[in-house]
Amino acid sequence: MLELASNLGQAPKAEDLSKSPLSIRGLTVSYGQKPAVFSVDMTVEAGKMTAIIGPNGAGKSTMLKAALGIVPPVSGQVQVFGRSLDEQRARIAYVPQRASVDWDFPTRVIDVVLMGLYRELGLMGRVRAKHRATAMDCLARVGMGDFADRQIGQLSGGQQQRVFLARSLAQGADLYLLDEPFAGVDAATEKAIISVLKSLREAGKTVVVVHHDLATVNDYFDNVFLINTRKVAEGPVAEAFTAETLQNAYGGRLATAQVDQLAKALA
Amino acid sequence: MLLDALLLQLGYNATLVAIGATLLGISAGVTGTFLFLRKRALVSDAVSHATLPGVCIAFLLMAAFGGDGRNLIGLLLGSAVSAGVGLWCLNWLTRNTRLAEDAAIGAVLSVFFGFGVVLLTVIQTLGVGRQAGLEGFLLGSTAGMLWADAMIIAGGGAATLVLIMLLRRPMTLVAFDPEYAAARGLNVSRIDMAMMGLVMAVTVVGLKIVGLILIVALLIIPAVTARFWTERSDRVVLLAGLAGGIAAYIGAAISASAPNVPTGPIIVLMAFALFALSLLFAPNRGVLAAVLRHLRFQRRVHLRQGLLALATGQPIYEKMTLRLLQKSGLMRADGVATEDGVARAAKALRDEKRWEIVRADQSHEAAAALYDGLRAIETVLTPDQITDIDARIGGPKGVAS
Amino acid sequence: MNGEEFVPLSLTPLLIGVFAAVACALPGNFLLLRKQALIGDAISHVVLPGIVVAFLLTGAITALPMMLGAAGAAIVAVVMIEAIRRLGKIEPGAAMGVVFTTMFAGGVLLLEQTDTSTVHLDVEHALYGNLESLIWLDATGWSSLWDIEALAGLPAELPRMLFALIGVALFIAVFWRALKISTFDEGFARTQGIRVEALGMALVITAAVAAVAAFDAVGSIIVIAMFICPPAAARMMTNTLEGQLGWSVLFAVTSAVMGYVLAGYGPLWLGAYDAVSAAGMIATVSGVILALAAKFGPCRSRTGAPAGA
Repeated sequence: MLELASNLGQAPKAEDLSKSPLSIRGLTVSYGQKPAVFSVDMTVEAGKMTAIIGPNGAGKSTMLKAALGIVPPVSGQVQVFGRSLDEQRARIAYVPQRASVDWDFPTRVIDVVLMGLYRELGLMGRVRAKHRATAMDCLARVGMGDFADRQIGQLSGGQQQRVFLARSLAQGADLYLLDEPFAGVDAATEKAIISVLKSLREAGKTVVVVHHDLATVNDYFDNVFLINTRKVAEGPVAEAFTAETLQNAYGGRLATAQVDQLAKALA
Repeated sequence: MLLDALLLQLGYNATLVAIGATLLGISAGVTGTFLFLRKRALVSDAVSHATLPGVCIAFLLMAAFGGDGRNLIGLLLGSAVSAGVGLWCLNWLTRNTRLAEDAAIGAVLSVFFGFGVVLLTVIQTLGVGRQAGLEGFLLGSTAGMLWADAMIIAGGGAATLVLIMLLRRPMTLVAFDPEYAAARGLNVSRIDMAMMGLVMAVTVVGLKIVGLILIVALLIIPAVTARFWTERSDRVVLLAGLAGGIAAYIGAAISASAPNVPTGPIIVLMAFALFALSLLFAPNRGVLAAVLRHLRFQRRVHLRQGLLALATGQPIYEKMTLRLLQKSGLMRADGVATEDGVARAAKALRDEKRWEIVRADQSHEAAAALYDGLRAIETVLTPDQITDIDARIGGPKGVAS
Repeated sequence: MNGEEFVPLSLTPLLIGVFAAVACALPGNFLLLRKQALIGDAISHVVLPGIVVAFLLTGAITALPMMLGAAGAAIVAVVMIEAIRRLGKIEPGAAMGVVFTTMFAGGVLLLEQTDTSTVHLDVEHALYGNLESLIWLDATGWSSLWDIEALAGLPAELPRMLFALIGVALFIAVFWRALKISTFDEGFARTQGIRVEALGMALVITAAVAAVAAFDAVGSIIVIAMFICPPAAARMMTNTLEGQLGWSVLFAVTSAVMGYVLAGYGPLWLGAYDAVSAAGMIATVSGVILALAAKFGPCRSRTGAPAGA
């Protein structure tokens, strides 16, 4: 029995949990009667970039949304920097999928970035010059400084994604959670986003990304978390991102040739 | 008295009205189903409100040319024309501007209705004799209906029903999957138009019975009611027709037998009663069934997670999990697993390991897709296959499974 | 027209119309962007049963119980819509259709069963109100505006509508930023700790307050029109939320003033003697404005906005 247990991943020790920017325990989320995420544990390592990887419909985004309280879980506990989510809201920045909002909404780029300052401004606080400067600075960091006064509907997909990233930068958080930021964006945007994320890591922040491109995992990330309804593997890329774990996560859905190719790339 | 009405013993007109109302209820239920499946239920609200200016203009025109302004056929024709104009405006707004359909619906219904109200006051102030009665179109009034009018309604209801029978197949296809229908060579926009034409026909026929404000209820409520009972679109159509027919028939009978009970509202309330019963008690989609199912589901999730935690020696934090484990006799009050609990936990863990193998194996792809953390592996694999997998696991022997 | 005629006969209905229009248009902007435009439609239908129930309970037509009854009905309706939508997994449009038609039908039936012949309460009144009758008989001219005694004779609807308008405007002003964020990106709003559901409910209740206050004076049809048409027209004029709000207020005021004037004097210009329904005419004018904006508005189309904007 203990032999079997070793394959299911060890439970992190209690003292590790308190330091982790995001720890999830026994999380089950279900749409209707079929769990999309079943009994998942996750412990994010501070100051690292972690990719959440898995096949389509494996529950990657769902897990993230449940961890943030956007969708209600059936069971499970989430701790952020060792405290409850509500106590630590200010320390988390979340970048949703681009398609989750109506880009026809009547607002400008700068307004979207200023939304990131909500907790600082509060309900009625006036937007002052320094807030505007912060927002402009965040836009410049993602290479969108010239677009501040554009209507958001006029942006390309990649530009929209960068505006979302700028909004999360404005929050000045310690933990960044991004849902598929590289989906359907141009190469320039991908480069801009990854360089911003790396600079965040350099500044000691923690970054978690729902990711779908297996080929770039090695270049971009320190840690991976493989999920397919259940957790498949978790740890540093070199250890947890192997042909075997990929086979376990993707099963029949990943062509053998693809796995071999990736395995070669990994070796 | 009510029994007499239900048995059509209340005289010729009341009988005609009851039959007309029933036919209307069936037509509305069936037509509304297509709208509902197409997620455009409230379009009918815009269509029905848009009839008012047409009714008034028809009245004014007929009166101006010296005829009887209250000629029902003329009024209904007018209402159909202005409903058509309203529908055109609605489509134009959604297609050519950034407005979503709900805003376009609201705009059309309020503006057309407002304009109709203006025309109503014009009619009132013109002092044309016998103008009274147009208000009846708002809420329907079958009291004191002329024999000829009752005939028109019964005939109109029957004609609409025949049209629906003729168009039901292409409409089902379009409502269910418009893209597939287009690929099959059906002209989707024309069928949509036919669908809207039927909505207009139902509305126009229903004006006199339930009135333009409430006709939308007959188009929506029976369809929603029927949806609770079946997943098959052809059965939804039938059941919606049935629900609409029953509501209209009983409503008309009550209205005919009791004083001060206007036909429209009582029919709507009957329809709602059927809806409420379905919402609560329908076997699969009903609220009661869903609540029970969810509680059961939550129990299964917690029990399973608890067993896995027991098997791997992890601490359990969730109170609900602890309570369920104890209640099922799998864990003692001090948190130690019972004998039964140990066995069940081992089995759960072993199944989990089996699933792991299955899911990593391409030859089991179909079975692997069924994994959701709860499904028992015995339900997707044969005992031989399981033995085969167990051989691959190796692992501890002698665990009762 | 001089003050002696204008102030007593037209000033108060005109002001009430303008206040009602703006009070509805303000929350309408957010309802429109949240694809909940028809909540306004639903609310204005269920006001009738609320008022009838209030009448049955109190036996009199007085303002406060009526307002409470109507507001209560609006809340019941919204909760029922939400319950049916979630519990029955029914799309919101259909759930709305089920609820407001049923409640309206119940209201009509109650009304028919009750002896309301002694009081002024009927379906027609509920639908198109009676704006023209809200005159200020104590006024003799512009000077009456400074005459305490005359001011005491103002129709009660005027201060009531003004308070409703102030309340609505305050709500929008206080929650502006939270409303904007949660309307644009609900998931993000949640991560910022904004209580999205509570805010959404508060918005609907605010809309209900506006609807109930306006309903008493101008009937429900104008309420639906003002919830939707001015914001929808404003949507075609600008690409900022602030701008949209401004335009919608302008359109609401224009509809109210032009509608009132056309209803009162239009028929005279055409050679007829009697005025037509002001509420109906206001709704009609707002429709004409919407049509013009939809045809010529600079930001009318969905994809892309004009160059240089």
